[in-house]
Amino acid sequence: MGKTIAQKIFASHLRDKPTSENMVLDLDVVLCHEITTPIAILDLMEKGMDRVFDPQKIKAVIDHVSPAKDSKTAMQGKIMRDWAKRHAITDFFDIGKNGVCHALFPEKGFIRPGYTVIMGDSHTCTHGAFGAFAAGVGTTDLEVGIYKGVCSFRSPETMKISLTGKLGAGVTAKDIILAIIKKITVNGATDRIIEFGGPLLGSLSMAARMTLCNMAIEAGGTSGICPPDRVTAEYLWPFINDAYKDLDEAVHDFQKWHSDPDAEYIETLEIDVATLVPQITFNFKPDQVKDVTEMEGTPVDQVYIGSCTNGRIEDLRAAAMILKNRTVAAGVRGIVTPATPLVYEMALDEGIIKIFMDAGFCVLNPTCGACLGMSSGVLAEGEVCISTTNRNFNGRMGKGGMVHLASPYSAAAAAITGVITDPRKFL
Amino acid sequence: MKTFGGPAIFLDRDDINTDEIIPAKYLTEISKMALKPHLLEDLLLAGKPFDNQSEAMTKARVVIARANFGCGSSREHAVWAFEVNGINVVIAQNFARIFRQNMFNCGILAIELTQEEIASLFTMTGNVAVTVDVQRGMLTASSDNPKQPELTFSFVLNLFDRDLVSAGGWLAFADKKY
Repeated sequence: MGKTIAQKIFASHLRDKPTSENMVLDLDVVLCHEITTPIAILDLMEKGMDRVFDPQKIKAVIDHVSPAKDSKTAMQGKIMRDWAKRHAITDFFDIGKNGVCHALFPEKGFIRPGYTVIMGDSHTCTHGAFGAFAAGVGTTDLEVGIYKGVCSFRSPETMKISLTGKLGAGVTAKDIILAIIKKITVNGATDRIIEFGGPLLGSLSMAARMTLCNMAIEAGGTSGICPPDRVTAEYLWPFINDAYKDLDEAVHDFQKWHSDPDAEYIETLEIDVATLVPQITFNFKPDQVKDVTEMEGTPVDQVYIGSCTNGRIEDLRAAAMILKNRTVAAGVRGIVTPATPLVYEMALDEGIIKIFMDAGFCVLNPTCGACLGMSSGVLAEGEVCISTTNRNFNGRMGKGGMVHLASPYSAAAAAITGVITDPRKFL
Repeated sequence: MKTFGGPAIFLDRDDINTDEIIPAKYLTEISKMALKPHLLEDLLLAGKPFDNQSEAMTKARVVIARANFGCGSSREHAVWAFEVNGINVVIAQNFARIFRQNMFNCGILAIELTQEEIASLFTMTGNVAVTVDVQRGMLTASSDNPKQPELTFSFVLNLFDRDLVSAGGWLAFADKKY
């Protein structure tokens, strides 16, 4: 019987098989941020176990609240800083160099096909876009990862989602993943890996693949995963060009992380995107999704463009296409946060920041901020935000607020009209 | 091994997420005790805010809910918020992977029952208390209403998870073994 990508990664990283259902994997990378890591660090210190398994394999960032907003967040940053220094963790990204973890770490080339990756953050599934097994974990798993370089999992099944058809204008990977979550529900991929495939996938950029994999967790998925191909190799080329004589060789080598033709899946779905229109969430669950046309006219107080889901340069370019020579509607607050310093710099160079500012947007530094209601754009009771982020849970962006998840195009269109609007009108 | 069980509280909903269990604004805390007053602060039941300071909630040692409990964010703070409020068992039809693992990693129980078994627990009258026998894999729910018969269910714990509970959690287990 053939193997899936995930099964190949598991086989090559298996440290222990404590039961037939469980596996303990060796980790290639342990990613850390300042919200879930400090408690792990303090616990290790308290237990006299303040060590790291390999400082080169630990990558850390301060991203959720940056700059610190109060004494508590300042202390979380300080714990990270002191720890990184103490253990000579050189890939530590502090203010000025920091960005949203799931955008920053791929940009630095830290995630490669076939890798095992954990982080104390549920959106770690994003990194599956590179053909890695990447899973969000809690603080205790993170702590053991930092200390021992291993993590335990119940062996997940893989479901395959094949994408076919061609995307229409103004329809994006965000709309695809929202439609998928609507179809399979928030419990549809629990204890499963979602392997994306099909003829459309090869034409999608790494940014689009990251958007798809990012929201696998919203269906309960352990990880999203995409077979690594030429697009992956091109993205990673600056970091791998000493290991391969040319791109073709890298592309060929990456095929060892493709599923076998006779690999078995617990479920296979085909999604034809040809008729897909822009999607948007309503209410408080990410599987509560409608066509944006069904929600048109709903007033918004805030428009938020950013996050690990949609804060990359491709996302900012999409929003800027609509915002160019237009202005934000009266009474609407537009906020954009480029996900990394590199995205910010590219947006500056391409004139995108000016388009946002001319339109009346507030341009923030890279941070997770408002996505989870921690800082930089928290909603008041009764306020509504259209957001390019990933969760519309009750209270997510601030107590009593309502979040409608949508693509950068849809968010930009709502910024101009002040109400939820089909963005295709502006394209 | 420590004992599990006590008075139960019923949260009649699917898909209760960890943002509802402990909102992100409290993730700046670096002490678990600081989470105590905020457990289930943003929970909506039937569209209405849940009273997290009720007597039933304060007394509860066991939470009973429907499907996909603990979905969303990986924050272990959700498990800690239960722990510091004295809750050491959550019973549901199924759990989100990360939440379930966080429970066992902390040495406390996430027990899965079938949809029918969960439904029968929800029909119980009176104040319900649950006792759990981890070794035998048996769970008994009894009521202070004499007319309400006791309900007993068997459950299966993953053997590895059971070892984690015996060891007092994943860090202690991994420290010895790996």
